[in-house]
Amino acid sequence: MEKMKIKIDNRVVEVEEGTTILEAARKIDIDIPTLCYMNLGDMGIEHKPGGCRICVVEVEGRRNLAPSCATDCHDGMEVKTHSIRVLNARRTVMELMLSDHPFECLTCAKSGNCDLQSMAIKFGIREVPYEGEKSTYKPDTSPSILRDMDKCIMCRRCEKMCNEVQTVGVLSGINRGFESVVAPAFERNLDHSECTYCGQCVAVCPTAALTEVDHTNQVLRALADPTKTVVVQTAPAVRAALGEEFGMEPGTLVTGKMVAALKQLEFDYVFDTDFAADLTIMEEGAEILGRLGKFLSGDKSVKLPVLTSCCPGWVNFFEYHFSDMLDIPSTARSPQQMFGAIAKTYFAEKIKKDRKDMVVVSIMPCVAKKYECTREEFATDNNPDVDFSISTRELANLIKRANIDFNKLPDEEFDGPMGESTGASVIFGTTGGVIEAATRSAYEMHTGKKLEKVDFDQLRGMEGIREATVDFDGFPLKIGIAHGLGNARKLLEDIRAGKSEFHAIEIMACPGGCIGGGGQPLHHGNSAILKARQKAIYQEDAGKPIRKSHENPSIIKLYEDFLGEPMSEKAHHLLHTRYFGRARQIVIETDVKEE
Amino acid sequence: MSAIKIKLRENDLKQLKEVCESFNNDPGELINVLHKAQGIFGYLPAEVQEVVAQELKVPVAKVYGVVTFYSFFTMVPRGKYPISVCTGTACYVRGAEKVLDEFKRILKVPVGETTSDGKFSIAGLRCVGACGLAPVVLVGDKTYGRVAPDGVKEILKEYEDK
Ligand code: SF4
Ligand code: SF4
Ligand code: SF4
Ligand code: FES
Repeated sequence: MEKMKIKIDNRVVEVEEGTTILEAARKIDIDIPTLCYMNLGDMGIEHKPGGCRICVVEVEGRRNLAPSCATDCHDGMEVKTHSIRVLNARRTVMELMLSDHPFECLTCAKSGNCDLQSMAIKFGIREVPYEGEKSTYKPDTSPSILRDMDKCIMCRRCEKMCNEVQTVGVLSGINRGFESVVAPAFERNLDHSECTYCGQCVAVCPTAALTEVDHTNQVLRALADPTKTVVVQTAPAVRAALGEEFGMEPGTLVTGKMVAALKQLEFDYVFDTDFAADLTIMEEGAEILGRLGKFLSGDKSVKLPVLTSCCPGWVNFFEYHFSDMLDIPSTARSPQQMFGAIAKTYFAEKIKKDRKDMVVVSIMPCVAKKYECTREEFATDNNPDVDFSISTRELANLIKRANIDFNKLPDEEFDGPMGESTGASVIFGTTGGVIEAATRSAYEMHTGKKLEKVDFDQLRGMEGIREATVDFDGFPLKIGIAHGLGNARKLLEDIRAGKSEFHAIEIMACPGGCIGGGGQPLHHGNSAILKARQKAIYQEDAGKPIRKSHENPSIIKLYEDFLGEPMSEKAHHLLHTRYFGRARQIVIETDVKEE
Repeated sequence: MSAIKIKLRENDLKQLKEVCESFNNDPGELINVLHKAQGIFGYLPAEVQEVVAQELKVPVAKVYGVVTFYSFFTMVPRGKYPISVCTGTACYVRGAEKVLDEFKRILKVPVGETTSDGKFSIAGLRCVGACGLAPVVLVGDKTYGRVAPDGVKEILKEYEDK
């Protein structure tokens, strides 16, 4: 590649051909403000529509200011990033944008975490001289996501995530000019589209145009109700990210503080979704081995690969787009739902409570889990197994509202029995983790031998699609891993075409897996944060005394006392599910008479 | 939770599929496909867009995005007598806007929509090159020149019994 030298604010920087002015400036720590631009380098996601023009700079010899995020460097170029002309132009852009934006910062869900607000603060905006008509749109509520397009600044990041990264294609820019906005087809609500509720659009939206549905008030109400026993479960990825909301370095593990905070919030039982993740491995592992065994003995009715099914965003995706292949995913419920089903049966019996007097709350890195709670098959007599699911961000808000000084909390331990977990369950939070956990147990169940090394490095990493072969005592088990729905689609299309050679495939909807979930603290475009969270997850695993799901004493006891064995009738009833084909159908209308 | 169903008449579906096929179901031909479909159906209802999306394998949101971006696509059926008022500069200067307003007032529909009896629809129109006659109004194929707001009633009268 050709090297070139350019001058930015009188400082020389050497860059390769094809580098943008913005990238060159960042290389020498010159900050140029951006809004629509987004670069998640480690995920291979770059978005530079050059639309907002907040990032303009002055290029010597050019008449017009150039958007630095979308302008390539040329040898000998001289750039000024904060001349008066540049600053005035940026301010004008900002003022125009704000002239069509509601002034609701005080009560806005994104206040304090909004890129537009930060920019207004940075520019010292005190008044907006342009008074124009403001565009208004009807708000859209779904089980997981709230759309308030009055706050949309048309950066189109969400469209990028939904179309190119996730290949779901629910969101598109519509109309033109002043009326333009991002919306589902025919401006219908999200729950009338094929939205998977993965929340990746929410994760990148710079404003409050897209937010999760807030369930914190319902949780507070349940906590205040003396007739309710409130049980909380925390997903693996939460502990590796929650600290960020309290100013800690990305990758700080806050498991003990999180438990302490939940106890201060007066949840009656503080349990762990990790317990249910261990349970998932028992069921999913048994299912994989069962299907594999039949397949190898020549049973033609059995299909491989087995696909993991713990991600509700992914479940939605295949129900919409691969409804011809519903028999391939494992029937195991997600850990969230396994937890709810066990809490409201086994544990309810233990504490002698009726399920109606119990409230199960889940803390999730995810917004799809909110939707999952509303699925009819996860309720008994209209009483859902999990009542409310709140995101990592919502938990942080609850802690702040209760005035708890999170950073100073002492570490506390989860309650038993549903708080006991192994290292295998913790890694559910990252791409590659579920299949590694399954491999650890399936290997020992299948071969009857003890694993010498529980770390399967070949399954770890951040590449969007990975494959590995694990030696199952002479049998080469072929494993595929995909994260991000666009990558999942590739593996699925191979299966559909009969080209897939995998025995088992793990899929997570979000880039990076749940550590990059739609409900996590916002990364504001910094993908290094995801890597730090991943590292923390493996660190937690390594520090656990027990690292294989089938060795979890509380799980062993659960089977002894209640479930019998994996895939038993009771286990089937409580821990497995079925899927529904939801592909769009074109039907012939016969009851309309021709004119 | 249940699947989205799109209802269409058999013949319409067949015709639409033929249009898509004539462009080799090429997603790059989306605009041309839509153009041709609008030629057949007179407008592009949601069902038509759904089928085009499915045949061309593009998200229906994208199709809708294109339909709403270009002003020559319409999602409402045009009236039996589509009314267009030229809003080019010459017509504008000579009061085309007031004429347009008068049509809207009498017919009680905004620009881009059709009266409930399906008889009239109103649209703005870029310059038709008849600036000498400004302001110009088209009703179907018929041209009216130098229309004043108080002449609007008279024009509509011509179509009363049709
Ligand atoms: S939640 Fe996921 S599928 Fe739904 S609109 Fe957002 S990015 Fe698309
Ligand atoms: S909804 Fe959010 S992410 Fe999408 S275009 Fe609007 S401001 Fe950008
Ligand atoms: S990857 Fe995790 S956070 Fe993302 S949708 Fe799936 S379960 Fe939720
Ligand atoms: S950040 Fe460069 S144009 Fe928006």
